[in-house]
Amino acid sequence: MIRLEKRPQASQTFSWAAPVLAVLATMVFGGLLFAALGKDPLASIETIFWQPLFGDFAFYYRPQLLIKGAPLVLIAIGLSLGFKAGIWNIGAEGQYIMGAIFGAATGLAFYPTESFLIFPLMILAGALGGWIWAMIPALLKVKFGTNEILVSLMLVYVAEQFLASMALGLLKNPEGFGFPGSRNLQQYGSAHNAELITGSGMHWGVVAALIAVIFAYMLLARHRLGFAIRVTGEAPRAAKFSGVNPTRLVLFCMGMSGLLAGLAGMFEVAGPSGQITIDFNVGYGFTAIIVAFLGRLHPIGILLAGGLMALTYIGGDIAQSQLGLPAAAIQVFQGMLLFFLLAFDLFTNYRLRLGRAEAA
Amino acid sequence: MTTPPLLTLSGLTKAYPGVVANDDVSLTITPGEVHALLGENGAGKSTLVKMIYGLVKPDSGTMQMHGAAFHPNEPRAARAAGVGMVFQHFSLFDALSVAENIALGMEDAPKLGTLSKQIRDVSEAYGLPLSPDRIVGDLSAGERQRVEIIRCLLQDPKLLVMDEPTSVLTPQEVEILFKTLRKLSAEGTAILYISHKLEEIRSLCDSATILRLGKVVGHCTPSETSARDMAEMMVGSMLKTPLRTGKTQGDVLLDLQGLNAKSPSAFGMPLRDISVQVRAGEVLGIGGVAGNGQDELLAALSGENLSDPGMILFKGSDIGQLGPIARRSLGVLAAPEERLGHAAAPDMTLTENAMLTGAVREKLERRGMLNWPAATRFAERIIRKFDVRTPGPGNAARSLSGGNLQKFVIGREVMQRPEVLVVNQPTWGVDASAAASIRQALLDLADNGAAVIVISQDLDELMEISDRFAALNEGRLSEPRPAQGLSVDEIGLMMGGAHGMEVAHV
Repeated sequence: MIRLEKRPQASQTFSWAAPVLAVLATMVFGGLLFAALGKDPLASIETIFWQPLFGDFAFYYRPQLLIKGAPLVLIAIGLSLGFKAGIWNIGAEGQYIMGAIFGAATGLAFYPTESFLIFPLMILAGALGGWIWAMIPALLKVKFGTNEILVSLMLVYVAEQFLASMALGLLKNPEGFGFPGSRNLQQYGSAHNAELITGSGMHWGVVAALIAVIFAYMLLARHRLGFAIRVTGEAPRAAKFSGVNPTRLVLFCMGMSGLLAGLAGMFEVAGPSGQITIDFNVGYGFTAIIVAFLGRLHPIGILLAGGLMALTYIGGDIAQSQLGLPAAAIQVFQGMLLFFLLAFDLFTNYRLRLGRAEAA
Repeated sequence: MTTPPLLTLSGLTKAYPGVVANDDVSLTITPGEVHALLGENGAGKSTLVKMIYGLVKPDSGTMQMHGAAFHPNEPRAARAAGVGMVFQHFSLFDALSVAENIALGMEDAPKLGTLSKQIRDVSEAYGLPLSPDRIVGDLSAGERQRVEIIRCLLQDPKLLVMDEPTSVLTPQEVEILFKTLRKLSAEGTAILYISHKLEEIRSLCDSATILRLGKVVGHCTPSETSARDMAEMMVGSMLKTPLRTGKTQGDVLLDLQGLNAKSPSAFGMPLRDISVQVRAGEVLGIGGVAGNGQDELLAALSGENLSDPGMILFKGSDIGQLGPIARRSLGVLAAPEERLGHAAAPDMTLTENAMLTGAVREKLERRGMLNWPAATRFAERIIRKFDVRTPGPGNAARSLSGGNLQKFVIGREVMQRPEVLVVNQPTWGVDASAAASIRQALLDLADNGAAVIVISQDLDELMEISDRFAALNEGRLSEPRPAQGLSVDEIGLMMGGAHGMEVAHV
């Protein structure tokens, strides 16, 4: 008989090995899936994982990695702080949208004035937008004990409606011949989140994501607040006994995740996307949840996981266009990644025993 | 004795890497016998009963039940053979009701209505008051234990194994439990009783087996052996009784003036008009049945729950509005009852757990930045000073045995040189020598000029170390009286008499 036995201590080795094993298992079973669809499994895997990095057109795909990875990492870092403390902000997508709207609206309010102050103002506005949107579920939770999962998730759909209204109304480009969507910020120098090095994909959002990683790492490893977050997640009563104020912690974690999601939205709208449109958001806020867990809620892990997720997105696009793999197959492939991660994750705290169980 | 034995263990040996937990252990239990298993933490009691209960497979040796070979592969097989076990750590789900919890542990549980009736019947038959509809999360430790006992009794066991069952009970409750156990014994159920409370064993048990370092070091008839002799067999050396040197009492350090507090949970106990003064150098013992406001009083004093102005004064200044960190920096420290999850975070290392309350007073943080090497050194000092058995400060709190973690948790507060220390159940589930060292540490603290409040359900402990004694009953604190010369009857009355029993006869 095979059975699971709780380890006396969580295995350090396994907490790092689990993501690697998950990626390998996803390659194997993804390959089987692609084979079943009549595609060459090795070529498919190679297209997804190799082409974007080292293929013939890697010069085009590599910057894309940064562009797609940065918002994922930025949002996931914020989410991971809350997740570690058992505070579940599922509505980063909505906060991302609100950050983009606030940021874009601030920039457009000054159009066509040129000033070096405009972009920093937009950054503040974007952060504020995301923060406000996250404060709604946070305040409702601490005042009335509502469930932050439901409230933050529902606010995503409110934000989407708000986005549509902005794209069709207040922020619509007056010179846009009636097409929905705002002016393109890429054509407005003071508000454009341009590449810092041309052709690298490196924009201010990437810098912000890296800063967030370092900041989160320091916070969790060395600061009292990070310790409070970890203790609250591990043992809420012990945290309260040690002097953590649960209300303030909820406000901080929700606020921080909203703020970072808002920043991600602002950098996206001012840079790679350029304008507020009805379908501006593409699910970064939801994918970031996967990234946060894939990265074991650890800042460095999230950085790697964000890169990996971006890779499967870009590789998936290539596989779709070059090999004709259906989009659904790529989504299944990405789903497998999380599935295997959760499965292997079990072995961090448990070990497999063949034969009879023995308790120490 | 000519009755054929119920259970015979012969030559049981079980080794773990680096340690022989049981070495050639043999013992015999006859039907209806109450057999004590005595020994310090780590003596191998738990391993032995786990083998009987099918949780651990012996390396060598045999077991016989009713004369037939008995090799339980899993607890289910042991239960089928008529072995029931009440563990020291409860395995209950907080969010479920008593009846639902019991149903979960049963092989084929009847409908909840039927089961509730069975629970009521058993609880009344054996005088263990318990309502099947209550949510376990709101029960006190004593009440949770009743759930575990009733769970076993419903399965009609031939042998009932009890691991330190009285550590959370009052004298009256212990009497009820003993009546239950004697009734079971008279009906022919054998009881294997693990404890380190020697007086209890003397009054309850027919025979005793004493384990030390995995080996049987002696058998005795408890009623004919003195507690001291048994203790010394257990420890293998002379036992130190805690003693106090000086008796100087100083100024009033902590002054409670009509402390009222609402209960934080729906089934908790509000604190009602508690007034008491504690002086430097004094140990105030607070007794009472579990669930009468002990947790709430500790939370009000530690700063987890805030109080209205003017209710809690420390050296004359109001601290009722200060949180735990501010109170700690003033010198008001506390150690809650629940070790895992309240006093310590189970999955965090001892270093991290040392940081948990030591950050301010041990200067482990500067402007919010944490000094981990200093925290490790602090944890190491606690481990050394309080003889905590663990490979090192990098180990998780949950990897420690209950007694060792308790030493760590109490040591962590004592080492911070508190001016006021409030502890709840400081020696629950801790073996005799560890309990003695914890009590000694509390007394030393008082001798050095701290005011110590010990909340406990172990009256022997309170009588041993308190200068004054008071009891909590329904959130009210009785007038404190000098502990010396108090009779058990007087104490019982202060605690509200046969508090727990009233419910059973309704």
